[in-house]
Amino acid sequence: MWDQEIKGMASAHMFIASAVFVGTLLPAIVAEKFSVYGSHLVWVYSVAGSVAAVNVAVFWLLGVGLVAKKNTLSYKVSRMVRSGLHFTLSCFFYHIIVVLYGAPLLESVLETFSLAVLLSTFTTLRCLCLLGPNVQAWIRVFSRDGAMSVWDTSLQITTACSVIGAWLGAFPIPLDWDRPWQVWPISCTLGATFGFLSGLVIAPVWIHWHRKQLTYKSK
Amino acid sequence: MKVRSSVFASLCLLLEVCGIALFLRGFFPVPVKSSFTSKSKLSDLPAEPLSSGNGPNTSKVPPPLFKRVVIVLIDALREDFVFGTKGRQFMPYTRHVIERGSSLSFMARVRPPTVTMPRIKALTTGSIPGFIDVVINLNSQALLEDSLIWQAKAAGKRIIFYGDDTWVRLFPKHFVEYDGTTSFFVSDYTEVDNNVTRHLDSTLKRDDWDMLILHYLGLDHIGHLSGPHSSLVGPKLIEMDDVLKKIHASLISKETEGSLPNLLVLCGDHGMSETGSHGGSSDPEVRTPLVLISPAFKRKTGMEKPSTVEQVDLAPTLALALGLPISQNSVGILIPPVFQETSLREQLRFLHLNGFQLSCLLKDSMAGYEKEEGYEQFRVAEKSHGNWMKLYLEGNASEVLSNMGKKVLKQYLDALKAMSSALSRQLGKYDMYSMVVGMILIFQVLLLLLLATPEALSGGARVELPLGSALLSLPFYLLCLLCTSVHMLVCTSTENSCYLCGLPWSFAVAAIVVVSATLCLLVTMAVQRLVPEGRPTSKAQSSSDPSSFSELDILLLTGTLGHLFSLGASSFIEEEHQSWYFLLSTLCLAIFQDVCRTYFSERRGPADELCHPHPREVAPSKKWLALATPLLTLACCRFLRSLNQTGVQWAHLPDLGHWLTSAEHKVALSLLSASSLALILILVQHRCSLVSKIALALGLLGVYSYRAAVGNVLFPWQHNLRDLSKGTVEARFVYVFVLGILFSGAKDLLRSQVVTADVRLKARGLWEVYSGLVLLASLLFRPHNLPVLSCSLLIQTAMRQFIWWEQHYDAAQITIMHYWFGQAFFYFQGNSNNIATVDISAGFVGLDTYVEAPAIFLTAFSTYAGPLLWACHLVCYLSLEHARSTTAMAHGCYCFALLRSIPAAAYVILVTALRYHLFIWSVFSPKLLYEAMHTLGAFSSLGNPWKNLFDANQNQLADGLIYLAMWFFVIL
Repeated sequence: MWDQEIKGMASAHMFIASAVFVGTLLPAIVAEKFSVYGSHLVWVYSVAGSVAAVNVAVFWLLGVGLVAKKNTLSYKVSRMVRSGLHFTLSCFFYHIIVVLYGAPLLESVLETFSLAVLLSTFTTLRCLCLLGPNVQAWIRVFSRDGAMSVWDTSLQITTACSVIGAWLGAFPIPLDWDRPWQVWPISCTLGATFGFLSGLVIAPVWIHWHRKQLTYKSK
Repeated sequence: MKVRSSVFASLCLLLEVCGIALFLRGFFPVPVKSSFTSKSKLSDLPAEPLSSGNGPNTSKVPPPLFKRVVIVLIDALREDFVFGTKGRQFMPYTRHVIERGSSLSFMARVRPPTVTMPRIKALTTGSIPGFIDVVINLNSQALLEDSLIWQAKAAGKRIIFYGDDTWVRLFPKHFVEYDGTTSFFVSDYTEVDNNVTRHLDSTLKRDDWDMLILHYLGLDHIGHLSGPHSSLVGPKLIEMDDVLKKIHASLISKETEGSLPNLLVLCGDHGMSETGSHGGSSDPEVRTPLVLISPAFKRKTGMEKPSTVEQVDLAPTLALALGLPISQNSVGILIPPVFQETSLREQLRFLHLNGFQLSCLLKDSMAGYEKEEGYEQFRVAEKSHGNWMKLYLEGNASEVLSNMGKKVLKQYLDALKAMSSALSRQLGKYDMYSMVVGMILIFQVLLLLLLATPEALSGGARVELPLGSALLSLPFYLLCLLCTSVHMLVCTSTENSCYLCGLPWSFAVAAIVVVSATLCLLVTMAVQRLVPEGRPTSKAQSSSDPSSFSELDILLLTGTLGHLFSLGASSFIEEEHQSWYFLLSTLCLAIFQDVCRTYFSERRGPADELCHPHPREVAPSKKWLALATPLLTLACCRFLRSLNQTGVQWAHLPDLGHWLTSAEHKVALSLLSASSLALILILVQHRCSLVSKIALALGLLGVYSYRAAVGNVLFPWQHNLRDLSKGTVEARFVYVFVLGILFSGAKDLLRSQVVTADVRLKARGLWEVYSGLVLLASLLFRPHNLPVLSCSLLIQTAMRQFIWWEQHYDAAQITIMHYWFGQAFFYFQGNSNNIATVDISAGFVGLDTYVEAPAIFLTAFSTYAGPLLWACHLVCYLSLEHARSTTAMAHGCYCFALLRSIPAAAYVILVTALRYHLFIWSVFSPKLLYEAMHTLGAFSSLGNPWKNLFDANQNQLADGLIYLAMWFFVIL
């Protein structure tokens, strides 16, 4: 049971991780003169799009995590709408946080917002897929000892890793190296992406390592 | 001997201040000087070298090349203001002369610190003033060294000076006529220059002068006000161009056949950074134009790229061109194109004189000068010069001779360059002995603090100091002996002057005793700490158990350590404010998460009850307020951050401060400062006594009327804008209230100590002292910085009400938070790790003339107001906390001392390791000075709690010690 669940999670994570690479490679093949630094926003949205698509595919179509209570169309639609609303709100939330951290208020709004979208994709979207648009459940998962399943733990880890990655990504900006990746928000988006990828790797390993200590209360 | 943690911390900081002072003394090199008061004399000049015997006229002093000299020094004249597009646009006449007239133009590189007084010294003496000159910039006394001005006066030249009164202070008796203008009001950029130009017409008509020096300040003031790209720069440059045109025309009309030509020199003392300030070493700050205009030079045919010279080269060039001896301490080399039109013999003669002066300076300042490459080259060049002279005097005039002469010329130039650079290198020598002793002291303090940590932060908050056993032990005496012998050895063996060796014996012995006593103490404590720790239980119970750390603890620790490591990179020092803002935002988010967890997490099972020992029912409004507090703090920080852009990389970006200070937004500034003052009053008054409340209100009103009187803000009923004064009366009115509030606070404190042990009275007294300091800060802050003060009070109030108390943070956590906030507010004020951002105008508030002691105190206070006020607030808060835990104050003091001594120690090591780094003078040393000042500030603010813990007698002792430490630093 344990091992099966961990293996399933590892393979799901592998799919999501490969989505990041596909999101990088695809525009490089399709579009001319594409580079991660040069046309950064294209890269950001392509990665965000592919990760979102794969996330939705893995968790919704394969039916991991979510157990739909009702199966009516109206319920599904309202769920979709609420999820979209939550996602948009989280984008604005991240945007505000980033501005509070010192991002320019008026200039390069689009860049800042792209970072917010990317972070939302890495964190909020996974929450939406796994927990649905249910804020109470989110609070439960992210409070101390709130994880109730392996997926909750993996959610905690990937979210924390993405956010910390973006946080660490801000550090090289003041250095006077004049590298292309020091331009706002490239280092932060790269940091978030690397954080997310490492979170995807760390989560199964960590859970496997600590499987003896992890005891989940049943729902 | 058992002492309280706070006393122990204060003692440690005192020792640390001494260590840092000693280190600074060793680190800032004493400038190269052959002697401070001796001057070169014409009669001392060497004869022309001749390989055999004395020929005719060989010892003759070279004749001057120019009759009259006019030096137009424009403060903060950047290179591109003359040679760039701005120059073409706004200085058409000067550009015409540079491109078509008989002139020479150069780009003169300036050595940092790019501040006016050291630059004037460099221009006149040709020496490179030491870094420490900036620190005593406020206090420019008469220049006793040999200088161009002194030489000119000694040669009977009549010098007239108009402009910045720094010159008048530097050369008090040298000018036959002068009019100094003070740069008192930075906001005034027309009057200062009109004061100079108004004398120009009459002076130019007269013939009774030989040298005219004009120092225009307006451009610098415009730079400080609105930066190099402001619309004010253009008209100012046009004005300067007109002045140059007038002078040039008048000089041309004075030229007569048969007499020597006149010379007009246009130069800048330093440049201007992209923000309009100066002091650092960025390219726009160190590149200044140097234009020499005289009919003696060849006519130009077009714009050439100006070649690069050093600023110090002007002094020897002018000296030789005027037939004066080069001043003794000059490290500059003459600018060859100036002498192009003279005969080869004269050119060689000039070069020889310059080389001779440099070699003398080299001899005086270096031990192994004979081995120096430049010196050897000079000897060789001198010899071939002699040979050339012999041939020349024999009447040989062939091609060979001129070729040979050119070779000698080249040899001389190479030798001069090598000697000059050797002398400049000499400036980078450090007094390692003092540095090492200072470092040892600092590290002993750090180790003492670290070793005592478990004991000091324990419930007892007392530290066992085995002083008696350490002082009576044999190793102590042996160590004293050893140190003495090392001291003797070092002092007798090195040629370089050591500060410690120059001290009288009593001081040296005291230092040795202190060092060895601390060392013994350290060893004893280490042994005590380590040996009984064989029992594993004590270690497991100590707080170093990682599982007992909350996320906040981890953030606070990693943040502090991470900041420490970031100091190794020069960019992180230049942009240190970014690190602090970043950490502060993260701290706010962490607090936010903590609050969320306390109030909004689901209560599940008994395990949670253990974590929260007081499961109180909190009013929902309070819950939401607690939740809003970190967000409010974040918003405040974001607002303050955009108020002042500091640092280097983004300093040129527009910020709110500039927007507010520009003339058209005066109404907004008035409203903002008035509302800030009102907010300060509301936030501070509620814990003061009635008398202090009234005094505070009146004082804040006084602050506003002071700003209105100076012209920063508007009174609604005041319409005549011309009627500006210095606002002395208003400022003194505020000072009276500051003193009154401080006095009433001190009275309350004393009463709580001596008469009744009333905790509330004591808290009120402390708060009154704090509010007095707030009032003083609001007077000294520039009006656009008043929101910094009000926001800091707002954050303090909100945090105190809803977070710190409710969340059960312990004293150590709160201390670290206060420290972080203090650091961030230091930068919110617009400070940076650059000397240029120190707001000197604060030192003149309410003073008619420059008075040293209050000016230094006020400037230091206004610069460090942020950290100081947060430290004071910490003391107030912890004394209130007294009710909950009696050791809070001691713990807080201890943590503060530890927080201060860790970066200081790390920084001292870093600076020593990087002392040959490229940025050492521009980035690392200013930071070192700031660190040192900050430690001093921390020490004096820690003096407060210390004072409270003792009775009245020791109170005075503590005060005396603080004063002593301060004066020690100031004197150094």
